[in-house]
Amino acid sequence: MSNTLERMATISVLVDNEAGVLARVTGLFAGRGYNIDSLTVATVDVDRLQSRINIVTSGTDMVIQQIKAQLDRLVPVHRVSDLTHEGPHIAREMAMIKVVASGEPRVEALRIAEAFRARVIDATTNSFVFELTGNTDKLDAFLDLMRPLGLAEVSRTGVAAIARGARTI
Amino acid sequence: MSVAPQASVAAQAGAEVLLRALKEQGVEVIFGYPGGAVLPIYDAIFKQNAIRHILVRQEGGAVHAAEGYARSTGKVGVVLVTSGPGATNTVTGLVDALMDSIPIVCLTGQVPTHLIGNDAFQEADTTGITRPATKHNYLVKKSEDLARVVHEAFYVARSGRPGPVVIDLPKDILINPAPYVGVPETPHRSYKPQTDPDPALIEQAVALLKRAKKPIIYSGGGVINAGPAASAALVDFVRATGFPVTNTLMGLGAYPSPDPLFLGMLGMHGTYQANLAMHDCDVMLNIGARFDDRVTGRLNAFSPNSTKIHIDIDRSSINKSVHVDLGIVADAGKAIAALSAAWKKDKTKVDSKVLAAWWSRIEEWRAKDCLRFKQDMSKGAVIKPQYAIQRLFEITQELKREIFITTEVGQHQMWAAQYFHFRQPNRWMTSGGLGTMGYGLPAGLGVQVAHPDALVIDIAGEASILMNIQEMSTLAQYRLPVKTFILNNQYMGMVRQWQELLHGGRYSESYTAALPDFVKLAESFHAEGLRAESVDQLDDVIRRMVTSEKPVIADICVDQKENCFPMIPSGAAHNEMILGPEHESQSVGVTDAGMALV
Ligand SMILES: Cc1ncc(C[n+]2csc(CCOP(=O)(O)OP(=O)(O)O)c2C)c(N)n1
Ligand SMILES: [Mg+2]
Repeated sequence: MSNTLERMATISVLVDNEAGVLARVTGLFAGRGYNIDSLTVATVDVDRLQSRINIVTSGTDMVIQQIKAQLDRLVPVHRVSDLTHEGPHIAREMAMIKVVASGEPRVEALRIAEAFRARVIDATTNSFVFELTGNTDKLDAFLDLMRPLGLAEVSRTGVAAIARGARTI
Repeated sequence: MSVAPQASVAAQAGAEVLLRALKEQGVEVIFGYPGGAVLPIYDAIFKQNAIRHILVRQEGGAVHAAEGYARSTGKVGVVLVTSGPGATNTVTGLVDALMDSIPIVCLTGQVPTHLIGNDAFQEADTTGITRPATKHNYLVKKSEDLARVVHEAFYVARSGRPGPVVIDLPKDILINPAPYVGVPETPHRSYKPQTDPDPALIEQAVALLKRAKKPIIYSGGGVINAGPAASAALVDFVRATGFPVTNTLMGLGAYPSPDPLFLGMLGMHGTYQANLAMHDCDVMLNIGARFDDRVTGRLNAFSPNSTKIHIDIDRSSINKSVHVDLGIVADAGKAIAALSAAWKKDKTKVDSKVLAAWWSRIEEWRAKDCLRFKQDMSKGAVIKPQYAIQRLFEITQELKREIFITTEVGQHQMWAAQYFHFRQPNRWMTSGGLGTMGYGLPAGLGVQVAHPDALVIDIAGEASILMNIQEMSTLAQYRLPVKTFILNNQYMGMVRQWQELLHGGRYSESYTAALPDFVKLAESFHAEGLRAESVDQLDDVIRRMVTSEKPVIADICVDQKENCFPMIPSGAAHNEMILGPEHESQSVGVTDAGMALV
């Protein structure tokens, strides 16, 4: 058993949209000392009042299994899926990135944005707001490049994820 | 999908609807304490006779009473308290019930919905505070949700791994008319615990057990929670296999003691034979226990060479701290029944020669007689606490009565587990997971309410008993003749023992000066007070206690410096157990790392 090897896991949880459900999930992570690297939540089924929570976490395999089991026994939880483990999946997040710059750095920022297929969604003579969608690594790489060019503010959505193919949660 | 039950036309006040739902859930008793926010419920209680209300003296007592009631009957225990301080006083009991998997529904009053969040008088964020203290909780914000939530709460409390559920009830919800709905056909949208074992896994388990050379069966509170039939099935299965069996603290009573196949309790203060058999076994079958740290000792030295099978209704208990080879999610009763059937079907013969060899090693360990102690029988001699429990057991066995034992927390609790024997489940109520001092007296109260003719004894320490002593007043009011048997060593004995063994004998704050006179204290609470100061007085005090028709406090003055052995110190392994002074000295397995543990 790889008892000590840590891995990342993207876990999706389908929950009833009731009051306090997010607090239950985050309280579980805080109370049991699990990491949360990213967390997103939104209603995905209006008729049945269900929300989907996507959590990126890390731990040994035993810990990840434990996180799954702990989530699964929360009363308002319908389904828990470890997307990382259960087959190929796609994960995306979106960021809005404000760069305050003029002159050469401004031109350079725009050039890099084009290479990353980031969209300019706001511009003034000394600023841009870029919109960039991609996996976490891509967003991180873009931010690294923007930092010396006048990166001023970032707003990220956190990760949304789904399995590839016909499989559903 | 089920058809939604029809709401009844003439809507009653929320409080009436609440009581109607409780009645439909079969509730007969509520343990509670009133206050402004729940007055509408008390008004509704006043107008009916079906549900009895027991007025405790502190809300913490109500939860432990409900725990005792639940654990001794298998039913859900019900608590009713007011908002704010009423609700916060329940937190310890709720966590206690959560840790020991006791089904409780706790109704808490709340300020009216329009005041929530305003820091209103006696407002507390009860659902926020109790979220990690419960299996689940609810805040009823709409009258139409009220009856459904009550039914759901009972379902959640008793199904799967049982636990406490809080329903927070704003005062306007209790006053305003609310529609009634009955118990739904589909109990829950999302919560559907798995109770049937996977037959293929059961066959694998049996195959492993049949080929075992040094097997052991280790069962816990899950077997008790699965109902008396599960304990009976366990006995049949163990006898069919001829394997040794040990119980956790929470599991005592599932297998009758004494019995040749029974090795006694295991764990920190378990028997030598049980712990060494756990350490040396080659196949371990855990049914309804959770590899608690009080049981495993140092994890990396826990039963190092065994193949482990773990049956638990809670998937998250499997592979939580101990890696197991075969995990089976199931109700303990159903799993044992399946194991028994598969055991008969699998025609593999158990190798009786190797099993006999295993038993002869176990008998060598048993021959150590690890619970041996010396009692000086001369007149005026100091009472050994072990002897007091032994006599309590022997004398109560002479009575043809149902006996229920509750305990407080400390050395006396461990001595009770070691020297009192149980032949049936649901007769032993103790705070195992949380270790809550003050549990035993109110728990005994709850047991006595459920079993008015039984002999209910709280085996107590003089420190613990003071934590909920106010419930003596409740005993008097309802004529509940609970007996409190105090092993009075004037010390927080378990704390003193750790200080002696782990902290160089620095007895910091573990001696209680100015204890009350327990005899007078009993009398002031309309109970009978008795005292035994030396061994020659013990039997008489016990006999007077068990024959009294009143609540009794028996103050048993015991050896102040006695330690509870055997002991696996924190951070030590099963085979590094310390035996008592009656046994030849051996190296003490105390390490610095262990000292940092609890
Ligand atoms: C509410 C609570 N506070 C503190 C403790 C820690 N503790 C465990 S045993 C113990 C001493 C109990 O003393 P006593 O009731 O006299 O029992 P004894 O060990 O002497 O038999 C203490 C303080 C606890 N378990 N519960
Ligand atoms: Mg004491």
